[in-house]
Amino acid sequence: MRALFLAVLLRDLRLAARRRIDALLPLVFFVVAISLFPLGVGPEPQTLRHIAPGVVWVCALLATMLSVQHLYAGDQADGSLEQLLLAPQPAVIVAAAKCVAHWLVNGWPLIVAAPLVGLLFDLSGPALQSLVLSLLLGTPVLSLLGGLGAALTLGLRSGGMLLILIVLPLAMPALIFGAGAVVAVDAGESAAGHYSLLGALLIATALGAPLATAAALRISTE
Amino acid sequence: MSAVALGGQRGERPLFRAVELALRPGQLVWLRGRNGRGKTSLLRLLAGLATPAQGAVTCDGQTLRKVGAQWRLHLLYIAHANALKEDLTVGESLHFLGTLHGRKPSAAEITAALTLLGIAHLRHAPVRTLSQGQRRRSALARLALPHPRSVWLLDEPFDALDDEGVQALHKLLSEQSRRGGSVLFTSHQAVALREPEPQVLNLDDFAIAA
Repeated sequence: MRALFLAVLLRDLRLAARRRIDALLPLVFFVVAISLFPLGVGPEPQTLRHIAPGVVWVCALLATMLSVQHLYAGDQADGSLEQLLLAPQPAVIVAAAKCVAHWLVNGWPLIVAAPLVGLLFDLSGPALQSLVLSLLLGTPVLSLLGGLGAALTLGLRSGGMLLILIVLPLAMPALIFGAGAVVAVDAGESAAGHYSLLGALLIATALGAPLATAAALRISTE
Repeated sequence: MSAVALGGQRGERPLFRAVELALRPGQLVWLRGRNGRGKTSLLRLLAGLATPAQGAVTCDGQTLRKVGAQWRLHLLYIAHANALKEDLTVGESLHFLGTLHGRKPSAAEITAALTLLGIAHLRHAPVRTLSQGQRRRSALARLALPHPRSVWLLDEPFDALDDEGVQALHKLLSEQSRRGGSVLFTSHQAVALREPEPQVLNLDDFAIAA
């Protein structure tokens, strides 16, 4: 099982490294979309600080949705998906490996960029730390839910739009607790409760989403 | 492996029914039929990638649902799509596909397999630079890796191959039969294999009138 997990993970990382432009697009979208808000809302620091957590989290969610749409489509088109499902090990290993690879390629860069874009919103040091920590706990949830959505909508016409409609409601708790953690820290309160809930959400999603994704992949390829 | 009273459909459209098939060790079966008869659908049913509309596929008397993982250990399915990634090299692709099935092939084993298919010089070439025939040979090189599976399901393996490629594939099929493995393949081209001569299963005989 470990060999299959590592093989799929390393293959997807290698492919991302060879398609750097494709891999960077979600990050570019994230930065550009966030940069538009100070221009549209105005330079008032109080207002920017107030909207920053929600803006960063919504843009992270949308950037993830953009990148996750092709998570399984390429494998389906070139016949790799059938081979992945024919491996003797359970398909849940494949689903988990692909989600981890997706997070490393698309989620991790958002976390690295978050403090920089947070400066655009005049966020304080503790608020920036909270933003990074909440994204660290929350973006894997987005990748796992996105993987499930991508598997459910595989091969469907208008699958991209359907994926967003399926995943956005499921991702709302992560959005609420993630943005809430930064708001709490900015207001001088403890964000421990928000982190705990995000952590619980991550554990629940990590346990459930790959299983559901594997089942969805089998149905999609029938 | 056997198919008992097997019926298949594509979407809502029934394709064939009452297909009886027993694939024995050493046996080569050439699955024939007109376009759209459901040859690929039948191969996917036998691979366990789809669920039959009627009947069952059994392995040692047990349905695929029961012995799924065990069945996949013995199976090598090469579909019409080559399962190669444009941005990987031929060697990387073969290494990945070999690892998927539980055993990492060594560099020497990959080179030997590619040599058998006459494309050892393409080992470091990105798949996107290959012709259709070279891609097919790269996919078929999986058949030449050590510790081959006992059952091969091959969908149009002769597609895009030149004479040299066809000869290499004939050799692989003969070797598989000689060591007691079995093969079910589809082909629209005439198959000149004589050692052993494949048995023909014509899916037109099981077709459901449209």
